[in-house]
Amino acid sequence: MTTDKKIEKKNNRIGESRSPLQDAMREFRRNKIAVGGMIFVIFVIFVAVFAPVFSPYDFAQQNLRNNRAKPMEGYDITESYAAEKCHWYDTPMEWGCTTFIAGSDALGRDLWSRIIYGTRISLSIALAASSVSLVIGLIYGTVSGYAGGNVDNLMMRLVDFLYGIPLLPIIILMTVYFNAVSRQGSDSPIVTALIKLDNSAGGLLFVFIAIGALNWLGMARLARGQVLSYKEKEFVEAARALGAGNGHVIFKHLIPNVLGPLLIAESMAIPGYIFLEAALSFIGLGVSPPTPSWGAMINEGYSGLRSNPHLVMFPGIALSTLTLAFNFMGDGLRDAFDTRLRGRN
Amino acid sequence: MTKYIIRRLLMAIPVIFLMILATFVLVQAMPGGPFDAVGQRSMPEHIRILLEKRYGLDKPLYEQFFSYLGNLLQGDFGPMLRMPSQTVNDIVAQTFPVSIQLGLMSVAVGFIIGIPLGIIAALNHNTAVDYITTFLAVVSVSIPTLVLGPLLIYTFGVKYDLLPIAFWGADPPFTLGFLPPLTKKFFLHATMPVFSMGTGMAAGITRLTRAGLLDVLSADYVRTARAKGLRERVVIVRHALKNSLIPVATIIGPLLAGAVTGSFITEQIFALNGMGRRFVASIGQREYFLQTSLVLIYGLLLIFGNIFVDVLYAWLDPRIRYD
Amino acid sequence: MSDKKPLLRLENLTKHFPITKGVIVQKQVGAVQAVDNISFEIYRGETLGLVGESGCGKSTTGRAILQLHEPTSGKVFYDGVDLTEASNAEMREMRRNIQIIFQDPYASLNPRMTVGSIIAEPLEIHNIGTAAERQERVKELLELVSLNPFFINRYPHEFSGGQRQRIGVARALALQPDFIVCDEPISALDVSIQAQVVNLLEELQDEFGLTYLFIAHDLSMVRHISDRVAVMYLGKIVELAPRDAVYENPLHPYTQALLSAVPVPDPVVERKRKRVILEGDVPSPSNPPSGCRFHTRCPIAEDICSQEPPIWREAEEEHWVACHLVK
Ligand SMILES: Nc1ncnc2c1ncn2[C@@H]1O[C@H](COP(=O)(O)OP(=O)(O)O)[C@@H](O)[C@H]1O
Ligand code: SF4
Ligand SMILES: [Mg+2]
Repeated sequence: MTTDKKIEKKNNRIGESRSPLQDAMREFRRNKIAVGGMIFVIFVIFVAVFAPVFSPYDFAQQNLRNNRAKPMEGYDITESYAAEKCHWYDTPMEWGCTTFIAGSDALGRDLWSRIIYGTRISLSIALAASSVSLVIGLIYGTVSGYAGGNVDNLMMRLVDFLYGIPLLPIIILMTVYFNAVSRQGSDSPIVTALIKLDNSAGGLLFVFIAIGALNWLGMARLARGQVLSYKEKEFVEAARALGAGNGHVIFKHLIPNVLGPLLIAESMAIPGYIFLEAALSFIGLGVSPPTPSWGAMINEGYSGLRSNPHLVMFPGIALSTLTLAFNFMGDGLRDAFDTRLRGRN
Repeated sequence: MTKYIIRRLLMAIPVIFLMILATFVLVQAMPGGPFDAVGQRSMPEHIRILLEKRYGLDKPLYEQFFSYLGNLLQGDFGPMLRMPSQTVNDIVAQTFPVSIQLGLMSVAVGFIIGIPLGIIAALNHNTAVDYITTFLAVVSVSIPTLVLGPLLIYTFGVKYDLLPIAFWGADPPFTLGFLPPLTKKFFLHATMPVFSMGTGMAAGITRLTRAGLLDVLSADYVRTARAKGLRERVVIVRHALKNSLIPVATIIGPLLAGAVTGSFITEQIFALNGMGRRFVASIGQREYFLQTSLVLIYGLLLIFGNIFVDVLYAWLDPRIRYD
Repeated sequence: MSDKKPLLRLENLTKHFPITKGVIVQKQVGAVQAVDNISFEIYRGETLGLVGESGCGKSTTGRAILQLHEPTSGKVFYDGVDLTEASNAEMREMRRNIQIIFQDPYASLNPRMTVGSIIAEPLEIHNIGTAAERQERVKELLELVSLNPFFINRYPHEFSGGQRQRIGVARALALQPDFIVCDEPISALDVSIQAQVVNLLEELQDEFGLTYLFIAHDLSMVRHISDRVAVMYLGKIVELAPRDAVYENPLHPYTQALLSAVPVPDPVVERKRKRVILEGDVPSPSNPPSGCRFHTRCPIAEDICSQEPPIWREAEEEHWVACHLVK
């Protein structure tokens, strides 16, 4: 029997139908590690959204008397309770005890609360940088690949050009420039608006832009390559033969097919975005204090590494665990979706 | 091939020119100047004017740019504005070799660990060895230098006191400009910085080698070679390995770029006197010439790195021809 | 069957694909002469078979007719209207009448769309009917191509090659066209399925009075379905005649060579007949041979063949050929 006949037979038997997407989801669910990664990521998102609920203290509250507390150490803040009476599971407000689950930093701020609030920074970087690079890369790559010819050639030469220069140091300088201008104030309405926006993003606006700007290049190349291969596909020619215009072809046929691989690439790129934010914050270019970023926390704790390693280790563990979860999830998504979304079974 | 390299170099000239221009304009556009007050120490107005005149900062920007460009062509990176006893050339001479040594050694560690592990994992595909290797590789790519560095320092430097926790073990000048001295001190100092950068790279290379080798091992010609009765080891070495290294070569570009990023952090953590730390230290200041020159050097490294990767590619894959 | 009224007329149709080079701005350094100066007519209601080796320009011809490739020069008249001069809006209307079925049943259906939305796409593009009416029409079309309307919400990857090809046929029929370019619709299918699809196409032709340009890379595939057959070599039509004339009395050496490659079922004839084996490869269409493009492989070529291109002429009644040595 030919394979054709077999497929037809199977087809007539099975009642329900699955899209390639559903197929891939099923495959993904079978990968336990990847599912674990995804659950952890979802959990962290939950923690970030409800950070005030999960954090025992105000992340910015300084308490110089209780600085550099060791993890699980209880401290007396009202002086009427002895420190030994307090345990880490005591509800601080009720008992007048305070326990720093992960210790406190040099300014006496509760490290645990800061780590919890730090999830917001890392996740918003993951979200913002991937959306920025996805949108720019998708639009740029689609236009370039679809237009073809000299337009494509010129647009890709620009990408090559940007690939050929060390963007990171230049972007660091741009961040410095932006910070300096915003400290000084400006009478240009655009700059003022940007500064406002930056403040509302906890000083991270430029880091968002910087990371997005560093990473749209790869996405644009990927999108262009995909568009080039899909626009020659016969289903696109079929649509044209039916009288479809450019808009119909782009939005109905190209983007739905290009988006999948791009989303997978983004999910694999997220760990890089998180690292880059941490690195920029570590060298003092990220968040403005007292907003807690894990990179900035490592920087703050670093000088006291010898006596208080926990000030570095806890944010480090948080950073690595979240990244690990994203890596497991991204690998699983790639394995499950990459082949399936290319239209073969 | 020579023609190809020459063409690539010629094409790099406008890229470099635009890059210098953009950086020069950007650093000069920053608010404030190199001779602004630092804390309490402010400079009398007339001295500041004199200094600006001396370094040509009073001239129009385009004139400054072209005179900087002219100096560059003569191998002069320009003056250090706040450190009159040194020039940018002095700084580069001190820091460049350190960064190069750090970067090259890290990449080397990445390959030396990554390739064998990748091969072992692929040859034991779908066994415990494979799973453990892949798992560990994902774990290590998830630990950035920023975390691994302090962890190593605390464990081996503070707790067990085995390795020095800061500074580079040798100072320039080096043999041939970058060859490190083979002293115990140098290697002791280099161990932690190199490993904190190199393990992440090794993990990435392990994953790529494994994937590449698995791909090739399932290809027809390798199966043919096996069917012909060639011994397993011969098959791997002669047929599969070279081909499976092609995707690994693609990562050298990103690795070089990563070595730049990594060096910013590693040099900071281990207090190494390299370009990255210099660059970071200068960002609060207005050292126009230092900043532009360092960006230029990073750019040159990237361009030469990319050309090197392309040539390596052609060597690994004879199907690739550049005309 | 054919009443000899031309529905489609090609006049000196030419399609050259530019070969470009350049770092910043692309310069044209040459051209792939995929289709070069071809002229023929297709009569209303007939099936014209177009045959030639892979890469000789058959698909390009089909796509140039549909204006999917803008012709380099020449004209395409459909029902008296010159499609090469039509405005976008006019062309859009014309597309309701001219459709195409593709070779690759995998690449011709968007993997992200359900069968229902694939077949409804033409209706949507031309704003025909309400959503519910379209749904009804899709079901009708599925039945027409002998597929279960129950499959409407399935995805292409769940179907066999033959079933996918039927989906492609249903999509092409949605706008009720008069003329369909069938670009090797059976070449990618199992032999057992090929006959089914050909039969389906013939039934549809009878039912709706369709006109086909039926492309194949092998003469045996079009014998059954064609009324007339055109043979193409390296961008040129070399012979065009009613079916029986082509198979029983081929005039062009290339057609003779193609036919001699087809085994004859009668063993006596098979043993006696002379086989013409073509030597060498097909030359590159970016640098075609001078004179007659076939002269590098022609077993009977003479000096004149490499010097002058042969004229396209009617050697016998209704039997067109381009060869210096045909009397
Ligand atoms: N879009 C295109 N761009 C450049 N060359 C093309 C394109 N499409 C087809 N060709 C070339 O034109 C020639 C004819 O191709 P085609 O019409 O597809 O042949 P056939 O359908 O007979 O196999 C081939 O040499 C092919 O490489
Ligand atoms: S013209 Fe000459 S080369 Fe061409 S087919 Fe006729 S005999 Fe052969
Ligand atoms: Mg074809």
